[in-house]
Amino acid sequence: MENRIFNKEMECMSRKDMEALQLERLKALVDYCERNSEFYAKRLAKAGVTADKIKCLSDIEYIPYTTKDDLRDTYPFGMLSVPMEDIVRIHASSGTTGNPTVVAYTREDMEHWSEQVARLAVAAGATKNTIVQICFGYGMFTGALGLHYGLEKVGAVVVPTSSGNTEKQLKFMRDFGTTAIVATPSYCMYLAEAARGMQDKYPMDMYKLKYGILGSEGSTPEMRAEIENHWGNGFFCTDNYGMSELNGPGMSGECMYRDGLHINEDHFYCEIIDSASGSVLEKGATGELVVTNLTKRGLPMLRYRTKDITNINYEPCKCGRTSARMHKIIGRSDDMIKVRGVNVFPSQVESALIGMTEISPNYLIVLRRENYSDSMEVRVELIDGGLLDRYGELVALQKRIQDNIKNILGIAIKVTLVEPNSIERFTGKAKRVLDLRNQ
Amino acid sequence: MYIKQLSVFVENKGGRLAEITSVMANADINIRGLSIADTTDFGILRLIVDKPFEAEQKLKAAGLTVSLSDVIAVSIPDKTGGFAETMKAVSDKDVGVEYVYEFVPRNASHAYFVLRVADNEKAVAALKAHGCELLEGEEY
Repeated sequence: MENRIFNKEMECMSRKDMEALQLERLKALVDYCERNSEFYAKRLAKAGVTADKIKCLSDIEYIPYTTKDDLRDTYPFGMLSVPMEDIVRIHASSGTTGNPTVVAYTREDMEHWSEQVARLAVAAGATKNTIVQICFGYGMFTGALGLHYGLEKVGAVVVPTSSGNTEKQLKFMRDFGTTAIVATPSYCMYLAEAARGMQDKYPMDMYKLKYGILGSEGSTPEMRAEIENHWGNGFFCTDNYGMSELNGPGMSGECMYRDGLHINEDHFYCEIIDSASGSVLEKGATGELVVTNLTKRGLPMLRYRTKDITNINYEPCKCGRTSARMHKIIGRSDDMIKVRGVNVFPSQVESALIGMTEISPNYLIVLRRENYSDSMEVRVELIDGGLLDRYGELVALQKRIQDNIKNILGIAIKVTLVEPNSIERFTGKAKRVLDLRNQ
Repeated sequence: MYIKQLSVFVENKGGRLAEITSVMANADINIRGLSIADTTDFGILRLIVDKPFEAEQKLKAAGLTVSLSDVIAVSIPDKTGGFAETMKAVSDKDVGVEYVYEFVPRNASHAYFVLRVADNEKAVAALKAHGCELLEGEEY
């Protein structure tokens, strides 16, 4: 893969210049919010913050955090900072609990967003010659349209297939010679499984897929290796990160070295905080990511608590970019489940499972409360018929998985083998946890 | 020397056995012998059928985890101690027996046993030396 950089000036800027640019933009943002946002003006006044109080980047700590609840409480347009006539697009999150969170963009916001996505798309391998199928669901979700506009800005050929209809997806891939795919890791895997299932009719070499631009849910390095092996032919996938509150995809993405996700720092100022106490942690520490979108004006975002757990590396990368890199999301502060007092992230269970050829990469964690104590069961699909010959081999497999998970989590769990395809597949974010403890 | 046995992974949930066996019925496949080993969560269904390769295809197409393996089918004399003698012939040669179940081949006047052992070749040699009659190929 060739190493290309979309915007050298911004992506390879010296640390000193970047910090100066961030400070200048932060001051302008605070000033803008004071004058244009009723919501922020009130909040900043209460905290006693004005633009001229911001003398250095760490002065950002005077500004109160913004949360998803703020967006819900002001539903739908309470945080808008421009008249509706200046808004050109509205998106919303699914809102499975309570009000959906609504975000709105000015024309300038849209241009920034496309630029941000274009940068990470190029880092992920996209060029003018890329034919890319966008297998995210279109609609109110920012993922599909975000990548769509960004990839168009790069000059790639965008094929908006949306999610689902797997056979049609695969047909277009073969017939159009699609070279890249935008999807969730689990759907990318599902497509590969489906393609392999039809190998007799359509051999794998009919697919020209080279790059996977994966996002919207996390994946472990093991799962990624599995996806790449499933597609074969040197298929290479990268992760990117974003959320609708921060435009959508485009905040950060991996380059060919895949050693962290390059942050578009001229647009996003990042902090890492302790979730429980809310205090800012030192550089390099692991904690909750807090992001200030320095350039967004339609619906500004000051110190937004993402609830995602990561850490940030400020060293320049081998690819030539000097932008800080965030670690793949380690977990969600609210995805985190507590089992018998131990913090458990589904991604940890995943890393214990993947690489095992006897089972499929799909799994489900089931939590129950028995006799006032938590029990955790992990269901995995048995796909290797070779083990059926001897009963003892199945029991040994069960024990091996159980031990692997115990080594990682430090707690004993139960593993249940289930039939292939019996765990539900998701085209969007995979649901990995079924919590029955309060039932 | 051997016959084909199907092993099917089955979750312990209601109606599963009926579903699996009706896959066979719909494909006009006759089940001649059957055994289930189970735990609280899952079981392994072992089947001897008249069309094993076709049965494997049908079960896989139905989304099941299946394997096909060679097992020994041995005729056991219909007299007291017949089974014990046969087992002894095998164990005398240090061949471990993993499981055994009965089945009735087509047109047979008496029962046969399916034998899953640690070493097929050694077991066959021992049984033949003992004078046992073994089924093979398509005889069932």
